[in-house]
Amino acid sequence: MSLFDYKLSELHGMLHKKEISVSDLVDESFKRIAEVDEKVQAFLTLNEEQARAKAKELDEKLATEKEFGLLFGMPIGIKDNIVTKGLRTTCASKILYNFDPIYDATVVERLNQADAVTIGKLNMDEFAMGSSTENSGFQLTRNPWDLERVPGGSSGGSAAAVAAGEVPFALGSDTGGSIRQPAAFCGVVGLKPTYGRVSRYGLVAFASSLDQIGPITRNVEDNAYLLQVISGVDPMDSTSANVDVPDYVSALTGDIQGLKIAVPKEYLSEGVSEEVRQSVLQALKVLESLGATWEEVSLPHSKYALATYYLLASSEASANLARFDGVRYGYRTDNAKNLIDMYKQTRSEGFGNEVKRRIMLGTFALSSGYYDAYYKKAQKVRTLIKQDFENVFEKYDVIIGPTTPTPAFKIGEKTSDPLTMYANDILTIPVNLAGVPGISIPCGFVNGLPVGLQIIGKHFDESTIYRVAHAFEQATDYHKQKPTL
Amino acid sequence: MSRISIEQVKHVAHLARLAITEEEAEMFAKQLDAIITFAEQLNELDTENVPPTSHVLNMKNVMREDVPTAGLPLEEVLKNAPDQQDGQFRVPAILE
Repeated sequence: MSLFDYKLSELHGMLHKKEISVSDLVDESFKRIAEVDEKVQAFLTLNEEQARAKAKELDEKLATEKEFGLLFGMPIGIKDNIVTKGLRTTCASKILYNFDPIYDATVVERLNQADAVTIGKLNMDEFAMGSSTENSGFQLTRNPWDLERVPGGSSGGSAAAVAAGEVPFALGSDTGGSIRQPAAFCGVVGLKPTYGRVSRYGLVAFASSLDQIGPITRNVEDNAYLLQVISGVDPMDSTSANVDVPDYVSALTGDIQGLKIAVPKEYLSEGVSEEVRQSVLQALKVLESLGATWEEVSLPHSKYALATYYLLASSEASANLARFDGVRYGYRTDNAKNLIDMYKQTRSEGFGNEVKRRIMLGTFALSSGYYDAYYKKAQKVRTLIKQDFENVFEKYDVIIGPTTPTPAFKIGEKTSDPLTMYANDILTIPVNLAGVPGISIPCGFVNGLPVGLQIIGKHFDESTIYRVAHAFEQATDYHKQKPTL
Repeated sequence: MSRISIEQVKHVAHLARLAITEEEAEMFAKQLDAIITFAEQLNELDTENVPPTSHVLNMKNVMREDVPTAGLPLEEVLKNAPDQQDGQFRVPAILE
């Protein structure tokens, strides 16, 4: 039995009653990391010395203070594209191999204010470009349920670390499915909030109109607590929304009587494996038994989402990644004759293939003569995709489908053809394009591999998503299953 | 027929400030061609009267008072630089 089998609220209670200390929690993390991370390879950088010092400091506080927040003393892992002051942040790219951030991301600052303890930085696909974490410039993270399989990506380190019990909570980022897809593959709970819900300040930008930071946890309640702390408007991010943050945990009533669920036929059709389809239909039965109703609907532009996404995300990436030029931070080539040559050599030596491919695609889509045909066209189709969601949400409370077409695939299975790898994200990408929130929760197993149920909500209605996810979780025990390592 | 030529790939690589080998140029030509061909399915849709979406929340410019605040300390800003001198970033010569 691990301490991390308890919920956040239970651990908080145990701290209150002095049954455990913050040092116990932090020890538990590093003990587990020592046991299993050689196999799982989720962490790129550990923050051990500072974390233990912070634990000591918090334990002293604990001795005198009666009241402290829910996240007080809680160990957390941070995806390595979220900057942490004084703690190496690499985006799993050689081009940032030695980057020592000089400020904290807003989400990190809020976690620090809540007295959470940062355990370390988690592996990912380089610059969050990928669906398997195989594009990391440094190491191969493995799925704790089957070490021959990928953990998903790009937040593969975050999802694997939570699934393996190395940390009870982690932050990821999601541009086209990068929180939900690895959460599904690793059997944990991952939420992509509404675009603008969480500040992106200090998140190294991939595609600025799509990126969102979100929590990855073992259960829905913990997820809600974590979102509570990181949400809200931030003067440092002008795209963060000035919309009130509700009390998410109070939405977890267990009551979904009368809830109207839409199930897009496109999300259960071709490309989705029969086993995953069956798991989702079974989950809908559970929700029906709790008083919800569901109907089939259509999101007619779904099939265009993948092409739209790759044009838009790559275009934005080609602009955002222009800053990595060997001048102000990170790697610089030793073999440059002049400035232009230095830029070119630095970038070619520093970036991996997938990152180069997307920079190339984006540069092409934005280049003179092609802008209207590709970039602008994709922006227009994005409008149609967004309208699909608006139409469905006029009549329904949530949209439900699978998170991924299949469970976790084998390492190396999809690396040779970029389009095959991209197709893995067809069910998550439309959500980012529409800017709505979506969660993945465990809803079954196929041959011992977790299957994810995706619940999508209206803009800024994370509460309803959590309510449905929590009700489902109360009625099932998939979230209590743990991999054997 | 590939619709993206090796020459085009090299031009785009130059715009993106990437040095690529002949081999890479061929690989990218093939892969970009496949992705672009795939993306051209968007042409099935008539979007003549559809406005483009650049930002999903329909935000307007976000204004604030122009209040001066302290910037980051120079020492900190320079500490990650591969090369620096006299409080500035140092780069190779622009002209040989």
